[in-house]
Amino acid sequence: MSSKQDAHWAKTKSLTFTTLGIWAVLSFVIHWFGEGLNSSAFPGAYFMAGMGSQIAFAILVFWFATRQNQIDEEFGFGED
Amino acid sequence: MLKLDGGFIQNLGRVYGLYTLGFLGFVILMAILEAAGVSNTVIGWLFVAFTVGIYAMIGILSRTMESSQYYVAGREVPAVYNGMATAADWMSGASFIAMAGGIYLSGYPYMAFLVGWTGGYVLVASLIAPYLRKFGCYTVPDFIGTRYGGNLARLCAVIILVVASFTYVTAQINGTGTVAARALQIPFELGVWIGLAGILFCSMLGGMRAVTWTQVAQYIVLIIAYLIPVFWMSNKLGYGLIPHLAQFSAVERVQELETMLGVGALMPTAEAQAAAGKLAALKVGINDASDTLMAKWKFFTLVLCMMAGTASLPHVLMRYFTTSSVKAARQSVGYSLLFICLLYLTAPALATFTKLSLLDPTVATSIIGKTIAEVSNLEWIQQWSNVGFLKVVDGNGDGILQINEFFMRGDIVVLATPEMAGLPYVISGLVAAGGLAAAMSTADGLLLAIANALSHDLYYKIIDPKADTKTRLIVARILLLVIGAAGAFVASMKLTGILGAVAWAFCFANSGLFFPLVLGVWWKRANRAGAIAGMVGGFGAGAWYLYMVQFAGMAPWLGIDGLRFGMIGMPVSLVLMVVFSLMTEEPDAETQKMVEEIRIPSGKTVVS
Repeated sequence: MSSKQDAHWAKTKSLTFTTLGIWAVLSFVIHWFGEGLNSSAFPGAYFMAGMGSQIAFAILVFWFATRQNQIDEEFGFGED
Repeated sequence: MLKLDGGFIQNLGRVYGLYTLGFLGFVILMAILEAAGVSNTVIGWLFVAFTVGIYAMIGILSRTMESSQYYVAGREVPAVYNGMATAADWMSGASFIAMAGGIYLSGYPYMAFLVGWTGGYVLVASLIAPYLRKFGCYTVPDFIGTRYGGNLARLCAVIILVVASFTYVTAQINGTGTVAARALQIPFELGVWIGLAGILFCSMLGGMRAVTWTQVAQYIVLIIAYLIPVFWMSNKLGYGLIPHLAQFSAVERVQELETMLGVGALMPTAEAQAAAGKLAALKVGINDASDTLMAKWKFFTLVLCMMAGTASLPHVLMRYFTTSSVKAARQSVGYSLLFICLLYLTAPALATFTKLSLLDPTVATSIIGKTIAEVSNLEWIQQWSNVGFLKVVDGNGDGILQINEFFMRGDIVVLATPEMAGLPYVISGLVAAGGLAAAMSTADGLLLAIANALSHDLYYKIIDPKADTKTRLIVARILLLVIGAAGAFVASMKLTGILGAVAWAFCFANSGLFFPLVLGVWWKRANRAGAIAGMVGGFGAGAWYLYMVQFAGMAPWLGIDGLRFGMIGMPVSLVLMVVFSLMTEEPDAETQKMVEEIRIPSGKTVVS
């Protein structure tokens, strides 16, 4: 494996782990403390499970796709 | 309609734009016919005939005898349209018909499905899909078989795929049967076979190419059919212009009402529940995020199982084989999630407004707190009790309907919304067409995943590697017919409710396939022995646990019930895969090079 490939893979891995870190917070950590999000002013637990996490996941995937594409192009591994 | 040639891809926007306008025009025409006095049955028939007719026409126009068209739609589907097709492929009868009802009846704990079924796409995008696209396989077992080498690994993947997808497809054909039976007023068994005929028309002649373009058409129908009634209801009943924003103040009102009416405290009496059979009364509040450790754990495990299942279900992964590049595959996952969210963000709002309209005594449509006689006289109550979807049982004999005396099937929240809110019948027809589109599109994807795995991996790669393209594609079609018929046969026996079987499919898939797929890309050291041990062990442990808990009466360990048996299968799979890989020799240089190759997007696909 060339050193260019090594560097590309190192950056790809770090982006993937960052993405998975954010994913784990949105998926598990927030909902583990679900009841703490509820207050008399706003149904926070319902909001996060019914809307918040989902919108955040969509944004996360688009962000990941853009970043990964930048990494690929930086090392000349992008398509066409 | 134009023939699907090179010009079609460039004109997608125009074709589907016209199609959407045409469909809306058809809905308006139906509304005019209804106003002119045409009967409900005729309108129901027209809705089903018109939409299924269009899908079948697309299916026939997309016929092909080229293997790359048949298996991966020629790898030329743009990211946005693949996103729509994936959303239709993904959102099943369970999402369309059962989800809002699940939130209504089971409250906050049920929303773990919403989180799991969307967050799973983060795993798809970051861990698996782009790499499989670069790999260039036709099917998911194709990746397992080539990456790990040998027919045994391939065969294990085929078996897991067939079990998971077949469990799932039965539920979908069941869903098509239910909706067709209601809309057309025919027996359920007949509805199942009519549904199957429609499904096969969409997929038989054109394989993945035909399924792709019908799924886009089905997405458009299902999303219109889901959104219109909710927007209409929200505005008609004065909750707000945009239901998604209006739902939060409604939730607070619902919580007040739930406390007032004793949801969670007032349980149905044993006799009342016996009289209601499988129907359920409302027992969990919409926002009861519990602080008990067990409740948190159950939420966590369900989310995890559904997410890992999303990332291992072959009918979803294979949709990303059809994009024109690795980059497009990644973007396409984002679009898929966006289109899925359009429906998933609406389901909680629908559940909340339905609660408000049934529970709030200041609202005209409310039923709780009214006299049993008055409620039993309502037209929609009578209509839906006749078909066994709801039941009113006066448990304490006081002649007033309490919260623990109203029993229903969750599906009714979507199916009966139009009648509950007093909307015209044309909306009911629209909802039926949407439910049918949701169940059909998922069934199409699943049947094709099974038939392709059997024809490509079992027949072509294992049994007869010399078979020519024509024979292979004929075998693929015969298999499609046989599996479809088997699915319809099992569905007509009504073995499980829609959701039980759907959650099982996710757990079968993640128990057997999640780690072999992920580690195949992310761990070069993973080898054949490890993959086979991971697949057999994980799938075997999961299936054994499901059998023990569901059928042999074993008490679930740590609250891990039949919906979550992936919590048993996945760890077993991971441990066995790592241990067996490390105990045996590392993969040969060629395989390691292949793994390096799939990690960079540029260059040719690994298999062609």
